[in-house]
Amino acid sequence: MLTIEQATYDAIVAHAKRDHPDEACGIVAGPEGSDRPERHVEMVNAAGSPTFYEFDSTDLFALYKEMDDRDEEPVVVYHSHTATEAYPSRTDIGLAQEPHAHYVLVSTREHGNNDGPVEFRSYRILDGEVTEEEVTVVDRLDPVRSA
Amino acid sequence: MAIEVRIPTILRTYTDGEKAVSADGASLSALIDDLEAHHPGIKDRLVETKDADKGPELRRFVNVYLNDEDVRFIGGLTAELKDGDQVVVLPAVAGGAETRQRIR
Repeated sequence: MLTIEQATYDAIVAHAKRDHPDEACGIVAGPEGSDRPERHVEMVNAAGSPTFYEFDSTDLFALYKEMDDRDEEPVVVYHSHTATEAYPSRTDIGLAQEPHAHYVLVSTREHGNNDGPVEFRSYRILDGEVTEEEVTVVDRLDPVRSA
Repeated sequence: MAIEVRIPTILRTYTDGEKAVSADGASLSALIDDLEAHHPGIKDRLVETKDADKGPELRRFVNVYLNDEDVRFIGGLTAELKDGDQVVVLPAVAGGAETRQRIR
């Protein structure tokens, strides 16, 4: 199950709507091993395409360096589909290389840049196997329990 | 000669879970051969031979950085290495609705 804050959810949806008809992409980082999507980072789609996304290689390096410095990992990796359903394509499955990530797909096919509901779904993608999971949107993530 | 190689999560199955390993090589190509000698199987995840005339190339959706620079801009597999260099391997983050075969 993916548990995500309303504000982060809204920011991802807003990003997808803004970039429509191109695919939008980004991550939500969180402390390593925590499964807490805490820090939303919008990425530029270097492919600038309605059917493909790719993080720019220099941006990717900077992002991972920053996460490394902060002991974070990509808890969520998201992108949008702009003309098809929010389900991983063969390309998405073949290129999924973050085994710990929740892969979030947002579809803007219905309302494009305009207001209106979107499909927002989450998956685990491991060794070519897709498993959909429940998305729970909360006002705030539970406070971190201190030891 | 020792070069630190940072390994991404998905390839740590080849390094007993280690985030970074040490390897040797005067070029990226030699470094990858040395990695393969100690972590069998890892080479195939980094390079492929699509065209026998051209020989092995870095896989399209694997990024390798030498001292913070994408090696594609500095010679790819022929990039020269020296003692103390740092090599970082990062899988591309990519995908999309496209269903045409574009992956390999």
